Amino acid sequence: MMAGSPRVQEDSTTWRLIFGAWVIAASATLGALFFGEVMKLPPCSLCWYQRIFMFPLALILPIGLFPLDRKVVRYALPLAVIGGLFAAFHLLLIAGVIPESIKPCSRGVPCSEKVIEWFGFVTIPLLSAAASASIITLLALAGLRRSNEQ
Amino acid sequence: MNNKTLFAVSAAILALAFTAGTIAFKKAEKNRVARIAEYSRAPLVRDHAPTLGEASAPVSIVEFIDPACETCWAFYPRVKEKMAANPGKIRLVLRFAPFHEGSDKVAAALAAAHRQGKFWPALEALMATQDDWAAHHTARVEKIWPHLDGLGLDLKKLKADMRSPEIAGEIAQDLEDARVLNVTKTPEFFVNGKGLPTFGFGPLIMLIDDALAGRD
Repeated sequence: MMAGSPRVQEDSTTWRLIFGAWVIAASATLGALFFGEVMKLPPCSLCWYQRIFMFPLALILPIGLFPLDRKVVRYALPLAVIGGLFAAFHLLLIAGVIPESIKPCSRGVPCSEKVIEWFGFVTIPLLSAAASASIITLLALAGLRRSNEQ
Repeated sequence: MNNKTLFAVSAAILALAFTAGTIAFKKAEKNRVARIAEYSRAPLVRDHAPTLGEASAPVSIVEFIDPACETCWAFYPRVKEKMAANPGKIRLVLRFAPFHEGSDKVAAALAAAHRQGKFWPALEALMATQDDWAAHHTARVEKIWPHLDGLGLDLKKLKADMRSPEIAGEIAQDLEDARVLNVTKTPEFFVNGKGLPTFGFGPLIMLIDDALAGRD
């Protein structure tokens, strides 16, 4: 395969998409650790589930980058989607769309509590949902390139 | 820039941002607490707080405790040893930070015992029997009564007192002061208004020794 061939260009775009997803996942992971370990904000149970699906992405994506393994999308995307669903649920809970009665966590830190509200609207679940949505988009694009090729 | 360099640089930037953020946050937090302690000793010592030792003692230790916290009891005897070794020099003020479930009720019972002048014996009795009434990080106030027998407490009055709005107000004040002073875990100590630089028995002793030597 020669440098500059369409295949190589295709590869480098896919690499960048996955790399972009990793940057977001790593930032989200460090951000969550900052909230929890530095600012000592106790995570509520929904936050824990979002962490469970976000943290592995910070590790699994770079493994797929060196050397580039497009299959990493297959393994990472389900994690991002499930984490994103938890984040969406959390957002609805904070917005009050989901009523009190079906809140999954009432002991410890209530999930409906907003511990951070930057600029009047940026909450931790919003950051989580935004990160999940961007990761899903980037990985989906990377995945589509792969299936187009086949 | 090749991919490997791009990745390494990004990872380094993220790690650096995290470290810088951590340092900046800790510094800001330390300054904030120091300013509060300097501006007013009020959040540290309240009239209702039980104290041990002479009011004129040059060194004042304010300790935030949770009755159901095991670590608090590991520290307590060692603080008392330090006090015994320096008679008249150290005063201990206890504040409640009942973070565990059910702990606020035990704190209320101790505050009610304080009304009867038996705070310290009641505290030590509960400390010795913590395993029995506080399991799995949940304090069960109904299990403390047998351990308070024989201290000469009027338990009937105590049970009525602990439900009084005054005592609820004292506990609420302690929790509010804990929030203001950024006490998030127990035990937390302030020696002459200064918090522990890092958690541990060694740093506490160092802080006390500095204060005893007038180096604070």
